[in-house]
Amino acid sequence: MTKEPSIRGHESSPRRILAIASGGGHWVQLLRLRPAFEGHRVAYVTVRESYRADIGDERFYVINDATRWDKVGLVRMALKLLWIMLRERPRVIVSTGAAPGYFAIRFGKLLGARTVWIDSIANVEEISMTGSIVGKHADLWLTQWAHLARPEGPRHEGAVL
Amino acid sequence: MIFVTVGAQMPFDRMVRAVDEWAAARGRTDVFAQINETDYVPKHIEWTRFIEPEQFRSRVESARVLVAHAGMGSILTALEAGKPILVMPRRGDLRETRNDHQVATAKRFLELGKVGVAFDESELPAKLDELDSLSAAGRISPWASDRLIGALRAFIGEDRA
Repeated sequence: MTKEPSIRGHESSPRRILAIASGGGHWVQLLRLRPAFEGHRVAYVTVRESYRADIGDERFYVINDATRWDKVGLVRMALKLLWIMLRERPRVIVSTGAAPGYFAIRFGKLLGARTVWIDSIANVEEISMTGSIVGKHADLWLTQWAHLARPEGPRHEGAVL
Repeated sequence: MIFVTVGAQMPFDRMVRAVDEWAAARGRTDVFAQINETDYVPKHIEWTRFIEPEQFRSRVESARVLVAHAGMGSILTALEAGKPILVMPRRGDLRETRNDHQVATAKRFLELGKVGVAFDESELPAKLDELDSLSAAGRISPWASDRLIGALRAFIGEDRA
């Protein structure tokens, strides 16, 4: 980060960020975005307690994991996440997927947050199903593959690699 | 040591069985596998079901080469550690994952020269025989591309219009 005073002072004001992903590759990709959060207050939300070790002493919450076939699990996930979001009041939501990111973006819109969906780099041939549903609700909808970018979204702005 | 991993979720019997049978045929004693909920129980290699993230990373660091499903968590962790990785994609029609996105991921990362690929269990033994000549793509930075970090930083710093 620059040490020089910013001309537009608001650019450097700390924001509350909710960074959210499910397990495995989604979480590994979210961790690779961390330099973008520097200087802001981040709360991480994911699905495994053991991931706490990845982020040191930053704010960290665990919700249950669920797929789209597990309705009860999805409801539990959504309720726990809503409680976390009401507590954290994030201004910005960043997600690399999957189901937890879907709910975070939908709730984020209701709560007045600005939202980013970054489709996983694993989606090489087409946007993920979750991404194609939630992407249009995100303020910034990104694909990590240039050939998947479309005028109506998603946009391509580089990748986690 | 050859570190074999099926990733954080779901079993992967085809891969674990093929590696186990290969190790038996070649008399290899330097194979360790993390097999999750895989039904097939290896008879010729060391194995465990689950590994915590920190332990996972130290396994990767101390391995000479990885053999993994074509999940982004495994691929990114190997590239971050500068280790060669041979992947075998899970298939949607066998219900090893939701769809065939791992096949596409494997193809694309093979083209990029980042991974070796065995597209199915019949290809795996020959690819495993060549493991000693599989070289690493070079250690990657732990962070996303400057372009993606920059786009996110700009978005986070923006005021709502």
